[in-house]
Amino acid sequence: MLTSGSDTIKELTVEELRAKVGTGMTIEDAEEHMLLSMGPQHPSTHGVLRLLLELDGENIVNLAPDIGFLHTGVEKTMESKTYTKALVMTDRLDYLSPMSNNLGYVLAVEKLLGVEVTPRAQVIRVILSELARISSHLVWLATHALDLAAMSVFLYCFREREYILDVFEMVAGQRMMVSYFRPGGLWRDVPEEFEPAVRQFLDFFPAKIADYEALLKNNPIWLQRTKDVGYISADDAVSWGLTGPSLRGSGVDWDIRKAQPYLGYDKYEFDVPLETDGDVYARYRCRMREFWESLRIIRQALDKLPSGPVNISDRKIVPPPRSELGHSMEAVIHHFKLWTEGFKAPTGYVYNSVESPRGEFGCYIRGDGSPNPARVHFRTPSYVNLASLPQMGKGVFVADLVAIIGSVDIVLGEIDR
Amino acid sequence: MKREQLVVEKIKQATPDAIEDSNDFRGEQTLFIKMNRLKKVCTLLRDDPTLQYNFLSDVTADDLLPEFPRFAVNYHLYSIPHKHRLRLRVLVEDPEKGPQTVGDIWKVGTWLEMEVWDLMGVSFKGNNHLRRLFLPEDWQGHPLRKDYPLGYEEVQFSFNWQEVDAKKPYAKD
Repeated sequence: MLTSGSDTIKELTVEELRAKVGTGMTIEDAEEHMLLSMGPQHPSTHGVLRLLLELDGENIVNLAPDIGFLHTGVEKTMESKTYTKALVMTDRLDYLSPMSNNLGYVLAVEKLLGVEVTPRAQVIRVILSELARISSHLVWLATHALDLAAMSVFLYCFREREYILDVFEMVAGQRMMVSYFRPGGLWRDVPEEFEPAVRQFLDFFPAKIADYEALLKNNPIWLQRTKDVGYISADDAVSWGLTGPSLRGSGVDWDIRKAQPYLGYDKYEFDVPLETDGDVYARYRCRMREFWESLRIIRQALDKLPSGPVNISDRKIVPPPRSELGHSMEAVIHHFKLWTEGFKAPTGYVYNSVESPRGEFGCYIRGDGSPNPARVHFRTPSYVNLASLPQMGKGVFVADLVAIIGSVDIVLGEIDR
Repeated sequence: MKREQLVVEKIKQATPDAIEDSNDFRGEQTLFIKMNRLKKVCTLLRDDPTLQYNFLSDVTADDLLPEFPRFAVNYHLYSIPHKHRLRLRVLVEDPEKGPQTVGDIWKVGTWLEMEVWDLMGVSFKGNNHLRRLFLPEDWQGHPLRKDYPLGYEEVQFSFNWQEVDAKKPYAKD
């Protein structure tokens, strides 16, 4: 491993490497045990995650995650942008469900401003974040199965994900970096074709879930690779800060959509899938069952999709529609002020969390009365979920560690930020 | 009694001088805790059967430059049984002598404090895992501080190639 000083480059000795990376782990038997670096370029670490393993033969005695290969200083950059412009940074955190990140950020900004969006915008936000949850779970299932050598699942999952990305492109013009939810509402209303497209998805997707279940649920190889692997108890899971399906796989009933409803989630009928085994298989079951719950929510939301505006009428926050710019001087002024200066948020700090596909996505914003946030901090579920990896991975085989990483469902973009 | 009041009552009973200030903004309760009382308060919040703040959501730091004390560390707690959030805010005068670690109360604390130290440079007493996490080991400074410049890469054109090249940190022959 190389380290760059101000003017020299030198190679580290093994002892120095251990001292630097291994401060989080103690080398138990330096003579007999082998130190192995897994990643950062490893297909099963789902990105540029590096794990330092201390091995006794094939068994993991100790492990320490080494992260930061994708660090881009998102939080620092956002401090130099207006609230609206900073939104585009959030897409790039968890690049598998940008809608959930947008949601976590705009809800925090709206909380700071003290505004609430229109009913139509709320319902559209619910539909799109649930679609994002499905698409994110599809990538999780695809890569998790691929890691454990079930190649065909990968192909099927990506086929269905493509449909959801097409829906995102239809509403936002972008497949992945959508930036669709804006403070005060949405970028613009959904097109006419949106509702039929989502209804079509609701019609064909249940059969696809049945396909995935047929491939894996009772597959003896899959069961052997996932049952009783990576166990974590409910108490440990809470103490280690696990959230989302990884926590619910240990039997802790906590879903932010139920516990502290936002966007009117309390008006939808859905269950929170719970499993009590706390192993890789339990976490797999939780996510699979969440597909069904997301479909239920989307169906209810489509049925009650109200008409009306998608943006609040406060022109100090949301720019005026294009049609008004031609004949209203006031609209021109608002437009100009918003796109040059942005809106000013009050002094104070808020913390808002949403249930992203991976767990609690929290956003802390401190406003100081200026158009730029004074501090933005993201509590990203992948980063916190990674903390419990040494706990789950101790004593297992290297091959099982691959299953455990897959079951926690990490995205490195949001770990490193 | 409302949960907001209950928390304050309980803390006042156990450690009368712990709460320095409190505020309520947008329905979020913030308690300013004296730095050397933090550990006691956290243990109480987790263990008291009527409170049960068993989940540490987040630890994050604010740079309040030019105010004094300059740093503030926020602890976002959540009680899964009672569905309630609470923010503890600790003002830190000297970032070298930061608050006590909460890693032995909630295990995830150690990991969250590592991020705060790396990016904001607030240390935590008793956390001996503080190391560079996101940044390279030999990085100077803590980028989230307000006096740390945003920085940029100067673009190399043919007319200033030599000039920019001389500043680049790589091995030259």
